[in-house]
Amino acid sequence: MQYTPVIGLEIHVELNTKTKMFCSCSADYFGKEPNTHTCPVCLGLPGALPFANKEALEKCLMIGLALNCKISKDSYFERKNYFYPDLPKGYQISQYRKPLCIGGSLALHLGGGKLIRINRVHIEEDTGKLFHKKSKTLIDFNRSGVPLVEMVTEPDFKNVDEVVEFAKTFQQIVRDLGASNADMERGDLRLEANVSLREIQKDNLPDYRIELKNINSFRFMQHALEYEIERQRKLLEQGVPLYKETRGWSEEKKESYLQRSKEDAHDYRYFPEPDIPAISFNDSDIERIKAKTPELFSSKSKRLETEYGLTSETAKTLVKQGMAGYFEEAVKEGEGLDPKAIANAIVNKRQSTELSPGEFTGKLREVTGKQETSMGDLEIAVLSVIKHNEKAVGDYKNGKESVIQFLVGEIMRETKGKAVIDKVLKILLEKLND
Amino acid sequence: MVKTSGIDVKKVAKLGNLPLSADEERIYTDQLSKVLDYVELLDRADTKNVEPTYNPTESRNSLREDSVKPSLSQEDALSNSPKNTDGFIVTKGVFGEEQ
Repeated sequence: MQYTPVIGLEIHVELNTKTKMFCSCSADYFGKEPNTHTCPVCLGLPGALPFANKEALEKCLMIGLALNCKISKDSYFERKNYFYPDLPKGYQISQYRKPLCIGGSLALHLGGGKLIRINRVHIEEDTGKLFHKKSKTLIDFNRSGVPLVEMVTEPDFKNVDEVVEFAKTFQQIVRDLGASNADMERGDLRLEANVSLREIQKDNLPDYRIELKNINSFRFMQHALEYEIERQRKLLEQGVPLYKETRGWSEEKKESYLQRSKEDAHDYRYFPEPDIPAISFNDSDIERIKAKTPELFSSKSKRLETEYGLTSETAKTLVKQGMAGYFEEAVKEGEGLDPKAIANAIVNKRQSTELSPGEFTGKLREVTGKQETSMGDLEIAVLSVIKHNEKAVGDYKNGKESVIQFLVGEIMRETKGKAVIDKVLKILLEKLND
Repeated sequence: MVKTSGIDVKKVAKLGNLPLSADEERIYTDQLSKVLDYVELLDRADTKNVEPTYNPTESRNSLREDSVKPSLSQEDALSNSPKNTDGFIVTKGVFGEEQ
């Protein structure tokens, strides 16, 4: 029997708002003295009433919009009931039947731009932090009530690489939006994966799924998924039936372990949170939030590609280096210069970017010559080499043709070996015989 | 014993984290079944043209600006806890991950 993995992803991300989700306690809890960021609301004291954070809702909505979700016109909170000391109320305020954002999608680069469908993006509160000692557990409620966004995909991933690409893209998106620091080491971003194996000939989803938790880096996720896929494959090949269960990941042992089996699957008895009125965003609210949403990494680099004719690699590097704004400024200042040449000069640090964009393009003009208006990366390199090797150029003009080889070598070094020799030769000879 | 609503008291007790004796189980099965039967009277109401609601008020978007207000002191925060150490609340050992 041949099997193919069916994987869905659930990502929790803590928002970087100043205050908690339902009270005005500071949400900046990391590394602070335990139980110094609490109040009757986030301690679950009787009679305390939750008061929802507008900024947190808007950030959740931004994330939903960035993932092409529909925004629910009518949304509300629900109580998720369970007994565990990480939440003092005996329930977590979450969303269930009417999440804020539903039904989006995100395109991967892998699989030829494969679309991963998003089931939902909702908002809830984080739990307190527990420290397990031998016979007792210590509780710090500073994190209790910090805004947390949960994003759930459909089970659309077919391999581990797709999952990793998605998770990294998601992290980039929430950072671009300024919604979360998404620092995995600090626990701002937490990954959970649902994994099962489908018989290759069958179309329907498997009748079981294994939920993998405790994954706190992209690398661990890769290890955990690879291990889990193999574990399930072996069991299925031996004819062992698999059931729904929750497993943790131990990076030390490089294996997953059973946390919760089917028998004690939870019944959370969700019901609408009576203490918080419903939430509804109308079209103008959504437009207002869209207007203040920062440009995403991916759309920014796409825009640089189409607007300025940059290669995808150059555009991405500019955005990654945080030089996109500088580049656009330089294009404005350096009227007449080829934007591609400007971009390449920035990316390859041909001039110091400590300079103002105006000075930068000024320098670039000196190197490339004022009369040149359209200049590719290669041409700049050729001119730069000619300028810096007066002696060799002189030798050539005096008939010593063998220096060509040396000059070509210099140009190849300048372009980091990326140029095509034939082209280098052609342009070099053109310029030398000018 | 009234069993029309078929309530599973054992399960309800487990979900509510309540230890019940066999006697109590019997008593509560009877009582809770009666409660459910009574609530079932609502089924007679004609709700064909009634919009479902999940909140008793018509109020919407009761939201707060994101500005910090002082929290309780650590001392006050811990004052109701039966046991604490080094600023942490202490509870009996629990293991595993929730949520």
